[in-house]
Amino acid sequence: MDCPFASVPSFPYPRVGVFEPSPELAPGPPRRVRIWDDSTPWLITRYDDVREVLSHPDVSSDNTAKGYPGANAAFHEVRLRYPTFVTMDAPEHGRYRRMLLAEFSVKRVGELRPMIQQVVDELIDNMIAKPAPVDFVEHFALALPSTIICNLLGVPYEDHEYFQTRTITMGSYRSTREQSTAAARELIDGYLSDLIDRKIAEPGDDIYSRLIVNHYLTGEITRHDVKSLARLLLVAGHDTTANTTALGTLALLVNPDQREKVAANPDLVMPAVEELLRYVGLTHTGLRRTAKADIEIGGQQIAAGEGMICLNVAADLDESVFGCPAKVNIERENVRDHLAFGFGPHQCIGQNLARAELQIVWRTLFERIPGIRLAIPLEEVAFNENTHNYGLDSLPVTW
Amino acid sequence: MKIIAAEDKCVGAGQCVLSAPDVFDQDDDGIVIVLDADPAESERRNVETAIRLCPSRALALGEA
Repeated sequence: MDCPFASVPSFPYPRVGVFEPSPELAPGPPRRVRIWDDSTPWLITRYDDVREVLSHPDVSSDNTAKGYPGANAAFHEVRLRYPTFVTMDAPEHGRYRRMLLAEFSVKRVGELRPMIQQVVDELIDNMIAKPAPVDFVEHFALALPSTIICNLLGVPYEDHEYFQTRTITMGSYRSTREQSTAAARELIDGYLSDLIDRKIAEPGDDIYSRLIVNHYLTGEITRHDVKSLARLLLVAGHDTTANTTALGTLALLVNPDQREKVAANPDLVMPAVEELLRYVGLTHTGLRRTAKADIEIGGQQIAAGEGMICLNVAADLDESVFGCPAKVNIERENVRDHLAFGFGPHQCIGQNLARAELQIVWRTLFERIPGIRLAIPLEEVAFNENTHNYGLDSLPVTW
Repeated sequence: MKIIAAEDKCVGAGQCVLSAPDVFDQDDDGIVIVLDADPAESERRNVETAIRLCPSRALALGEA
C-alpha cells in the first residue's frame, strides 16, 4: 500500500547538463512524485507505458477533472481561462480538433514550404549581416516561428512587430508574471479580439479567417473559443519550435560527425529532424493525464482519479527501444518511433508544420553558413529548465 | 494484405501518409483515405510502420 505521508520525491528533477537529464529519470516502473500543488501523481517513464497511457481509452486529458496534475500554477490557470481541445476528452476534443485539421495536413504543410523557406532565408540574411557573435536564440530561433504564426494567423504585415514583441514577452522566461499576463491580455483579449472583427469585415486566406467564417459565424463556436484557439496556435507553435531549433542546432554543433552528414546529404535532413526531436527532450515537464477508471500500467495499479505525468522525454531515452539513447545518431533505424509529439488522440496537431520548419532550417543553415559554430564553450551554454518547455536562454554563435 | 482504417478514430496526424504515401492519403479535412486497401507485398514494411505510428490506432491489417 502506498502511504501518502512517506517520502515522495519532488518532480521535476534538476538536470545534470544541457543534454543530460537527471539520472532519476531513467525509465522504470510507474512511481509517485510530488508536484507543486503537493499532489502525488504517477510518473510514467518507460516507452511502452507512455504509449499505453496516452492511447488508453480510460485516460483523460480534461484539466478540470479532480486529480488532474497541472504543470504549474500559472500554466494551469491560463489553460482553465482559455480552454481548448488540448485539455478536453471525446467527443468535444474531436469536434474542435477537426475544425483545424485541414490546416496542418501533410499536403497543406507542403503548400506552406515556400513561405517557410523565405522566412528562413531572410532571417539568415539578417543574422549574417550582423557582426559575430550573434545570439542564435534571439535572432533566429525565436523569430522563426513567431513570423510563421503571424503569416498563418493572417496578422497584417504592419502589425507583425507589435504582435511579435507581445508574443515574446508573453512567453519569455525573462518576463515577470505581471508582464507576461499583461502581454497575454493585450494580445488575446485586445489585439486578437479586434482582429476577429477585422476578419469578419474582410476575410483573408488564413487560418484565423477560416475559423471565424466557417465555425464562429455559423454559431458552432463562441467568440471566447476563437480567442482560446488563437492563443493555442500562437503559444503551441512558438516556443516549442523555437526551443527545438535552438537545442537541435546546438546538438549538431557539438556532434560534428552528425552535422557533417546533414550538411553533406540533403536526404539525411528528414531523419536528422526526427533524431533531434527525440534527443532534445523539449517537453521536460511531461504530458498530464488522469485515470477515469482503475487501470494497470506497467504492472502498477492506478486508481480512478489519480494523476499521471507521461514523461515522453524519458521514454525517448529508453534504451530498450533506442540503443545508445544518449547519442545523436541520425541514421538510427527506428528514428521515427520517438514520442516527441506525444501519442494517442492528442498527438500534436502541428507536428507536420514543425517538421517542415525544422527540415528547412537544417537544410538551409549549414549551406548558407558553413562555418557556423559555437562562440562559447559548451559548458557555458545557458540552458533554462524553469520554463514549461525546456530551452536555451541564449546561444552565441559565430561563423 | 487487407488494410482497415477507422475514419472515426483518425486524428489527422498524417504519419500513415509519410510512411506509405502510395497507400494512404488525407482528404481535404485531414482524415485518412486508403488509396489501396490491398497493396502489393512490397508495401508490407511501410504499412506496418504506418500502423505502428498511427497515434489513435485507427489502422489495422485484416484477414486476407
